[in-house]
Amino acid sequence: MPVQDFEELFQYKIDQETKIEPKDWMPDAYRKTNIRQISQHAHSEIVGMLPEGNWISRAPSLKRKAILMAKVQDEAGHGLYLYCAAETLGMSREQMIDDLHSGKAKYSSIFNYPTLTWADMGAIGWLVDGAAILNQVMLCRTSYGPYARAMVRICKEESFHQRQGFESLLVLSKGTAEQKAMCQDAINRWWWPSLMMFGPKDSESTNSDQSMKWKIKRKTNDELRQQFVDMAVEQVKLLGMTLPDPHLKWNAERGHYDFGEIDWNEFWNVVKGNGPCNKQRLAARRKAHEEGKWVREAAAAHAEKRKKPHPDSYRDPKGGALAAA
Amino acid sequence: MNFQIRCFYYGDIPDSNSGGDPINAGSEIPPLGGGGAAWPLWEVFIRSKQGLDHKHVGSLKAADAQMAIENARDVYTRRMEGVSIWVVESKYIHASNPDEAESLYDPANDKVYRHPTFYDLPDEVKHM
Repeated sequence: MPVQDFEELFQYKIDQETKIEPKDWMPDAYRKTNIRQISQHAHSEIVGMLPEGNWISRAPSLKRKAILMAKVQDEAGHGLYLYCAAETLGMSREQMIDDLHSGKAKYSSIFNYPTLTWADMGAIGWLVDGAAILNQVMLCRTSYGPYARAMVRICKEESFHQRQGFESLLVLSKGTAEQKAMCQDAINRWWWPSLMMFGPKDSESTNSDQSMKWKIKRKTNDELRQQFVDMAVEQVKLLGMTLPDPHLKWNAERGHYDFGEIDWNEFWNVVKGNGPCNKQRLAARRKAHEEGKWVREAAAAHAEKRKKPHPDSYRDPKGGALAAA
Repeated sequence: MNFQIRCFYYGDIPDSNSGGDPINAGSEIPPLGGGGAAWPLWEVFIRSKQGLDHKHVGSLKAADAQMAIENARDVYTRRMEGVSIWVVESKYIHASNPDEAESLYDPANDKVYRHPTFYDLPDEVKHM
């Protein structure tokens, strides 16, 4: 079959909503786009543990500490699901980790913002996880089977992340004047970066067209962003707080909320590596990897040793096995 | 250290359109590799409750079978998803070729008499 026929068959399967599986034929660009997207997503989960890890030892109560630890543990698991999905496309785990640590690979720029107060844990859960969930719910129906299955598992676990965040803010919003102020301050700082999570405007995003055709993505950046704004505007009322955008206004004609312009300069600056915590995050990842090296090596050595016959269960008539050990 | 990273969200932005400078060529970061020990890949199967089949749930890396089971417990059963775990090294899984799907599974299509609905019976026949 000529390549063109393969491509037609491939597109036909996509159009019929048949999932693409690892051993199926796929265009090179489809493979590459998926590897890039899935590995970036995996890196985002892993780096995403850092801003919250910052508060585990300083959580205000044992309950909050246990919740935060469970959430961070989930994120490690989500990174693992996604790394495995990317590996089915022929990308090695080692290469992905190397690319993250060398700065070649990318991750969500939201995690380059610092977590200054305890209220940030709530704001991250509500806004950052909330924005991520919209993306992830869409990705449950992505065309590449292993990616879609990983997303289904992730979405099941993710909803607690957003709910615990909102609940945590709710408690603060009913607290002392200082607690209320802290809650509002966290919302103010995380609102715009959360909107940036959906990526550049549709008119600037060149990747979107092909990704939509291949059903890797199902909704455009702007569609998802609008969905997020519409939800958050209603939810913030329950907190008795405000969103830091004077242009937020219901537009009856569109049936959506209008909102102000995102500071794209800031977005591109953080993307380029000039965010508040870019270097710190990478340094932390590299340090963890380097300091865990002896554990990985010891586990491998232990596994190797156990493959050899145990002296008690096996006795070589000539004593060879024992002599070798 | 003199290097820059470029960050993207969920692969939305292509490498060539990042707006960011590529990694400085002179970056002094050496590759880390797997840390000297690349662990094998394992497939994980979970029995969600007694009496049901083990079902494939995903994969993970581990140095040996015991670690694979412990990691599977941590990753795949944090919310009471299972009561039993199987792990098998991925290299021992043999799969059918998707290109042969037609010849492998199509013959079943023309043997409709294998299905109970193929047989028309009078309504008076009960419990069948």
